[in-house]
Amino acid sequence: MTDAARPSTATTKSAAVDDADGMDYLMTRRTRWVTIYIPLSIIVFILLFPFYWMTLTALKPNAELLDMETTNPLWVATPTLSHIFHVIFETDYPVWMWNTMMVSVVATFISLVASVLAAYAIVRIRYKGSQWVGGLIFLAYLVPPSILFIPLSFIVHAYGLFDTPMALILTYPTILIPFSTWLLMGYFKTIPYELEECALIDGASRTQILVKIVLPLAVPGLISAGIFSFTLCWNEFIYALTFITTTSNKTVPVAMLSEFVDGDIYRWGSLMAGALLGSLPVAILYSFFVEHYVSSMTGAVKE
Amino acid sequence: MADSTLRSRSAAIAMPDLWTRLGNNRNWLGFWFMLPAAAILVLFLTYPLGLGIWLSMTDATIGNSGKFIGILNFYERECYGPDDCENYGLFGDTVFWRSVWQTIFYTTVASVAKFAGGLYLALLLNNHIPFKALLRAIVLLPFIVPTVLSAIAFWWIYDAQFSIISWSLTKLGLIDQYIDFLGDPWNARWSLVFANIWRGVPFVAITLLAGLQTVPPSLYEAATLDGASRWQMFRHVTYPLLTPIIAVVMTFSVLFTFTDFQLIWAITRGGPANATHLMATLSYQRAILGGNMGEGAAISTAMIPFLLAAIMFSWFGLQRRKWQQGEGDD
Repeated sequence: MTDAARPSTATTKSAAVDDADGMDYLMTRRTRWVTIYIPLSIIVFILLFPFYWMTLTALKPNAELLDMETTNPLWVATPTLSHIFHVIFETDYPVWMWNTMMVSVVATFISLVASVLAAYAIVRIRYKGSQWVGGLIFLAYLVPPSILFIPLSFIVHAYGLFDTPMALILTYPTILIPFSTWLLMGYFKTIPYELEECALIDGASRTQILVKIVLPLAVPGLISAGIFSFTLCWNEFIYALTFITTTSNKTVPVAMLSEFVDGDIYRWGSLMAGALLGSLPVAILYSFFVEHYVSSMTGAVKE
Repeated sequence: MADSTLRSRSAAIAMPDLWTRLGNNRNWLGFWFMLPAAAILVLFLTYPLGLGIWLSMTDATIGNSGKFIGILNFYERECYGPDDCENYGLFGDTVFWRSVWQTIFYTTVASVAKFAGGLYLALLLNNHIPFKALLRAIVLLPFIVPTVLSAIAFWWIYDAQFSIISWSLTKLGLIDQYIDFLGDPWNARWSLVFANIWRGVPFVAITLLAGLQTVPPSLYEAATLDGASRWQMFRHVTYPLLTPIIAVVMTFSVLFTFTDFQLIWAITRGGPANATHLMATLSYQRAILGGNMGEGAAISTAMIPFLLAAIMFSWFGLQRRKWQQGEGDD
């Protein structure tokens, strides 16, 4: 397919010189196929193939999984749910799922509360040095967990949090707060000053203004920050790997690697089933809030 | 009830009590509002950052905070004879140097490819195409799925015996025997780079797409009237307007690639023969699995100058172009 497309790209390129993005009507249908649709489908295919392969493997019976000669590996002849049932009913998977969910929800909530207060103070209370604090918070965003986990494991030991969900609940916000604060600062800036001045004249305190005026107007921002934070928590790996040792306290990503990988040749079906199930919560959440997610990602970058 | 409100009102008019005055003081209010975020960040981010640098200068092990040994974790030279000197510490550690080069290789190749691929994908998606919103949602999927879980899928795709890539290439008649993706050092390195690109391209593409959508179409129309070619339009209209957002996106991309841990740990764990260790995975292996916290912290600390350099390079390198074009430095 690509070989056939190449020479025609060369010939149509010269014909397409006068094209512009805002003037698509000038493009012939063939040019569009060659310069847009075909490359786009190839990229989308590459991006989606691992998910297809993951799903397919999770549904394949072991016999088909290991036989690449007589059956076509790109399709499943007799789909089975046995891997998925095995993962759900014969392992601790529901416990890990619950741990991940609990840690993610609590850490996201803590970070949102802290970020709302901090962002509001920086943007609207504008205490002395608030500009500097804003800059410092952005710098905190650039400190990666990979250089913090060794000293943090000392600290977690010292506070007696080692191997408890609290260790994760308290450390995850360090990743989430800088990001959420930065995002919410952008949202709060767009809320007109006049609304707050009215409320101040009517005798509202700062806390009342925040809760009754600013927050209702910043709901889209809160959802964006919340969704993104939740996804980051679900994705977090290195802290969970370092601070948690008991099997029943592990989160899904860590447990998948430590409990499922046992050198057994038949592990692939359940590994893929576990990976698929672990991806579902974020994928479902994402599908409902795509726009919020995209705006949070691009909003944090644009600021 | 009524009595107390009356009293507080008269008090407020006459002489506000301390509480009311503090409630109106910007700095005092700001302090309380900042407290939760600041407490978490100081306790679990700033303090560990300093502690990490301290630990790198101690001989700490797990459960033992160690004593100060200066720079011996980084560099130590012992001479057994006139011309018989050996370097110890990280400086004389070949595995460490290999991880440094691997980190640089991994970051450079993956970042350049993510930038090129992401920009190309963003330009493709910026056209008028059917199902654009759906397509954008699908494209971002690799980025939102937890890295470890998609890495496990790649591990299976790269399997020596049952790799679907090897199978397809064999059936197409392009290769005779299955590729040993993760057993050979260079194959493993390229496989990891590809998995990283796969995950990173959507992020770059979607953020750049948001930037592209802010470019006014009238600029393209004007350029077309002036006889600009497609490439000239990209080079002189799109690219300059996109530079600020490219600077930020690439700074983040370089930073996260440089400190990557999950992907390597899930697919190769640094193998074969330490060939794919990044500095982050090596520090985990030495500190947590090996128990030498001091040495692990030294590797982490050694990452800091590289990180600063990477941030400076991508940030200022791209920002400077903006100043040269005489735009406001907002």
